[in-house]
Amino acid sequence: MTQGRHHFWKTMAAGLLILAGFVLAGAPAVAGDVPVPHPAKAAKGEKCVAPIPEMRRNHMNLLKHQRDDTLRKGIRGNPFSLKGCVDCHAVPDKAAGGARTVRPFCQTCHSYAAVKIDCFSCHTGKADEDKTALKAMDNPHKVTARLQDYLKQRSVVK
Amino acid sequence: MSNIRDNDIDKARRQFMTGAVATAGMTIAPGFMLYTAEARPAGTAADPKVRWGLLIDISKCDDCTVCVDACKKENGWQGHRGDLTDAQWIRKVDLKDKNTGVKSSLPVMCMHCEYPPCVDVCPVGASMKRADGIVLVDKHICIGCRYCMMACPYGARSFVHEEVHGQKTHLPRGQGTVESCTMCAHRVDNDQIPACVEACNASGREAMMFGNLRDPNSDISKRIAEISTVKLRADMGLDPHVQYVNF
Ligand code: HEC
Ligand code: HEC
Ligand code: HEC
Repeated sequence: MTQGRHHFWKTMAAGLLILAGFVLAGAPAVAGDVPVPHPAKAAKGEKCVAPIPEMRRNHMNLLKHQRDDTLRKGIRGNPFSLKGCVDCHAVPDKAAGGARTVRPFCQTCHSYAAVKIDCFSCHTGKADEDKTALKAMDNPHKVTARLQDYLKQRSVVK
Repeated sequence: MSNIRDNDIDKARRQFMTGAVATAGMTIAPGFMLYTAEARPAGTAADPKVRWGLLIDISKCDDCTVCVDACKKENGWQGHRGDLTDAQWIRKVDLKDKNTGVKSSLPVMCMHCEYPPCVDVCPVGASMKRADGIVLVDKHICIGCRYCMMACPYGARSFVHEEVHGQKTHLPRGQGTVESCTMCAHRVDNDQIPACVEACNASGREAMMFGNLRDPNSDISKRIAEISTVKLRADMGLDPHVQYVNF
């Protein structure tokens, strides 16, 4: 980013300054002029539960779908679990005294896009170091197979 | 010809019936099976042919609060101040017969009614009954109006008055919503019994029995068939799935 551009932002309202500073800090050397957020790398896993472009665009719908499936129909163990997001995406969080939380990951994008979610007023955003909570995730082969089925069913992948 | 998976299941079922393999239920004492339902595979929905229920023998209760403590621990609803606004998913109620002076004490929680009035009155569809009879609040859409609390004759529901911190991973809770006993749906869906029942059994009292009321061969159904049980406020015709014996 050029000094001039930075200067321009500084003259804007204070709120914008904070936002812009945040975004610029998170996006050091992208091609072109548009700063994009860079959410923290996942703490676990090789791959996300769906292809990245699908996750970026559609995670809110996937989550909402699974939310109703789990709570209202009692369906457990499917891939788009909020517990699952937390398990893989919780990273050391300064605001939580260094504990692993999902806040830095979700918030990087959400503050950029001015999205506010209330999920973590009820759901814990802290990684559960007790593995029994993610029983279904214990067997990676089982999870991968189930994931494939699920995505096919929802025609996310062919 | 059905596919391999079905065949496997059939085979497993036959073995199950003939007792050739260890059963999916949990044996806690010889001849005393907690439930006989086969585990529901992950990824499948709650089964409408199942009605989860509890049978509580109050002659074994005394002033024991093991079930209440276990529920608090499992579901993380212990209050921070212990005042009137604290949530109560299960509580001990003490009774005294005025004529005989006989005292008893029983745990009261959501009765998981077949015809739940809390569901009828909910203006947003948050108060709901799952296919297998477990009555829940869908906190995602609960607006905190508390009609369900007024409709429930058992006082089984609580409103979360204060901000919540340190929730359990498996049990999200938050300010401004109503909540109550979930019959440990998160455990039941994983082929475990509710925390209160497990703790009661572990304490040696074995006052609580959990199982499928729709399965005539489940231990709970067999027991209910041979003794007379009490449904609290049976006069209202709500058909609670929590029943008591030795009242
Ligand atoms: C098995 C672990 C795992 C689970 C579970 C998981 N993720 Fe991911 N996720 C990853 C990995 C690995 C990446 C690749 C990028 C990285 O390393 O951070 C990723 C990437 C993403 C991205 C793209 C990030 C970017 O850089 O643009 C989003 C968005 C995302 N995940 C959201 C979610 C959500 C929402 C959930 C819960 C429904 C979830 N993930 C569950 C492991 C996981
Ligand atoms: C008022 C409290 C509350 C809020 C706010 C809330 N949830 Fe939930 N959520 C719950 C409860 C209670 C459950 C049921 C937990 C169970 O039975 O396992 C649940 C379950 C879920 C599940 C299924 C279990 C899992 O971890 O996968 C998903 C997915 C979910 N919620 C997503 C969300 C999302 C996304 C948001 C934010 C948009 C959100 N929830 C906000 C209370 C809440
Ligand atoms: C790659 C960037 C990115 C990441 C990482 C990300 N989100 Fe999002 N999220 C977005 C964007 C952008 C929107 C808004 C989309 C819109 O406006 O339609 C959004 C919206 C949402 C919404 C819907 C909000 C609403 O008001 O409807 C939920 C719920 C949500 N995200 C959950 C999560 C959770 C939970 C995580 C962390 C596990 C997460 N997101 C991580 C970019 C991201």
